[in-house]
Amino acid sequence: MIRSAILGLALAAAAAAMATARDTPAPSDAVIQGDSMPRTLSAFGFFADAAEQLPSERVMPYRLNTPLYSDGADKLRFAYVPFGQQAKARGEGLLDLPVGSALIKTFAFTENGERRLIETRVLLHRADGWIALPYLWNAEQTEATLAIAGARVPVVTPAGESIEYRVPNKNQCKECHGLEGKVVPIGPKARNLSRGWLDDFASAGLIDKAPEVAALVPLWEERAKAPVDAVARGYLDVNCAHCHRPGATASNSGLDLRWEQTDPKALGIMKRPVAAGRGAGDLLFGVVPGHPEQSILTYRMGSLEGGVAMPELGKSTIDKEGLGAVERWIRGL
Amino acid sequence: MTCLAALALSAAASPLYAATHEVAAGDGAQTRLQEALILAEPGDEIVLGAGRFALDDGLSLDVDRVTVRGSGMDTTVLDFTAQKGAGEGLLVTSDGVTLRDFAIENPKGDGIKSKGADDIVYHRVRVTWTGGPLSTNGAYGIYPVECTNVLIDGVQVSGASDAGIYVGQSRRITVRNSLAEANVAGIEIENSRDALVEANLVTRNTGGILVFDLPSLPVMGGGNVLVRDNLVVDNDTPNFAPPGNIVAGVRRGTGVMVMANDAVTVEHNTITGNPTSGIMVVAYPLAFEDARYNPYPRKVAIGPNRASGNGTQPQIGGGEQLVAMFGGALPAVMWDGLGEGAITVDPALAGWTLALTKQGQGPDDARPAPARFAAYADAVDRATAGAPAELDARLK
Repeated sequence: MIRSAILGLALAAAAAAMATARDTPAPSDAVIQGDSMPRTLSAFGFFADAAEQLPSERVMPYRLNTPLYSDGADKLRFAYVPFGQQAKARGEGLLDLPVGSALIKTFAFTENGERRLIETRVLLHRADGWIALPYLWNAEQTEATLAIAGARVPVVTPAGESIEYRVPNKNQCKECHGLEGKVVPIGPKARNLSRGWLDDFASAGLIDKAPEVAALVPLWEERAKAPVDAVARGYLDVNCAHCHRPGATASNSGLDLRWEQTDPKALGIMKRPVAAGRGAGDLLFGVVPGHPEQSILTYRMGSLEGGVAMPELGKSTIDKEGLGAVERWIRGL
Repeated sequence: MTCLAALALSAAASPLYAATHEVAAGDGAQTRLQEALILAEPGDEIVLGAGRFALDDGLSLDVDRVTVRGSGMDTTVLDFTAQKGAGEGLLVTSDGVTLRDFAIENPKGDGIKSKGADDIVYHRVRVTWTGGPLSTNGAYGIYPVECTNVLIDGVQVSGASDAGIYVGQSRRITVRNSLAEANVAGIEIENSRDALVEANLVTRNTGGILVFDLPSLPVMGGGNVLVRDNLVVDNDTPNFAPPGNIVAGVRRGTGVMVMANDAVTVEHNTITGNPTSGIMVVAYPLAFEDARYNPYPRKVAIGPNRASGNGTQPQIGGGEQLVAMFGGALPAVMWDGLGEGAITVDPALAGWTLALTKQGQGPDDARPAPARFAAYADAVDRATAGAPAELDARLK
């Protein structure tokens, strides 16, 4: 995690340096805003050097304070706002990115000391809404190709587990990114971005102002020093709340794990399951205060079995650190 | 190949005519079928060939007015035995979808889930866990949730570790001509309104037909449900649900069970051989904090039904003595005694009551006694119970 933070900083510096260079490639607004699904990632022009993940002009690297767990993959995130446009601050939540914007996220694993890019997901804000597309990297690491049906890729995780990493299909993108029937970004919420980055984004003129945030989601690598409840609630917000909230994929569960939710029942505390099926195991409540071992929430986080495992998508290994954070929170309730 | 061609074209182009996309079983079925589901345009039909489609991940459909049609529910089989991920075999999130003439076997989670998918038709679709009733089977076979206008006709589900056909938080629903066998619950209508459950065969489940309303859900206030002309026979499979589920509390041999609902009519069913009870009308028994929730049954009307041979081996405390007290079998209708105006019954049906006095009491507080109920008074608005007639056109 620290490594990726440093990497993020290095990329920021590289992007800033390149922004001043005249021959820096720029993304193609026509492709981003058009109505096609390009076959290759390079068609967008998001990268000056895609294999190195060096971004083009105006493509800003960012990181999240607490990231979503993806089998331990390194994730390289970039935001693009087209020339002449500006994002708007919208409180502590998602940045309001204008039409023509793009969010780009590359998933990579380090194997035998070398970084291997697996997939790059792009979210494009077009006139009729956001569209999510997955691109799968070739073995030569020279190009990524549209894989709307997704794929499975054998990888070894940083924890040393050999897995078939799942690249989601285009519909599965919507399972996490769907809200009220539309596709929306889920990562770049003001509360989950650093104040420094928000200030930089504002000084670059890419957002109207740096959003005010009362309580930032803690930095994941500093979780040992942060309050237990903030760490766990931040984790649940980032990893679960895109589905477990009103209007989203798991709304029918009645579980609402958003950072801003304060109703104990909505958070699963002494809440009975609805349609958990055998996902409930032998347990009666979502969260039993003091007892993570009696809580469905941790039972499902700790499972890899289809029909039991949560989240349902994007997980082939258990996030032991995340699970530990949620267990500590439940133990202290 | 048609998929690849379509890819190169504009994604937003609207075709002049609905197209048919044929997908055959065989190598790469997962990718080819999922691509077809993604690239379909509204109005298109995806035709699945005969044979066994070996699938290792969930499928999903998010395009309006698409028909997915197989060659028959015994000949086109989507086999999820090797499924690695996803919470269901097929997930539908778009409106106006028709699913027909294919089978799903051994999904790891639910069989077919349709969420927020209005105007959906399930016709001659089969969902089977081939190992029989096992707690390791997935939860729901056919699972529409948060849908308006649902027609389920001629489906077959067996082995679900929760409910075979489970309609949740939905409205305007018809479930008919279907077979639910060897599930924990055969057919369950939960937190839903305006439902018609008719002409189904519901057998060898733990409980046959369940009409429930539960607290603390986004959509509550279930009611206006008509249950008629069903065969609810020999539901005698021991409960194999994981203990945390609400249906884990369903007693083996429950025929029709109505819990905490408003306006339910149960009529002209054949209800036989259900060892705990033919028909059961009860309040929600657990503690709850939801101020919006009414835990009592209201206006449950038990009309003429052919009920016999039920209540012979009830899973109720003191069951044997009760059976002896009632002369070898419990009366057809059981009420827990809770709720004002809870129940009216056709005078030809005998009944008994647990005579509980407040919500949350357990069987230890029961004072079992024969009951006399107010005479049957139909409770359902028949004009609004069931899916709109337009959906029938898609059965042709």
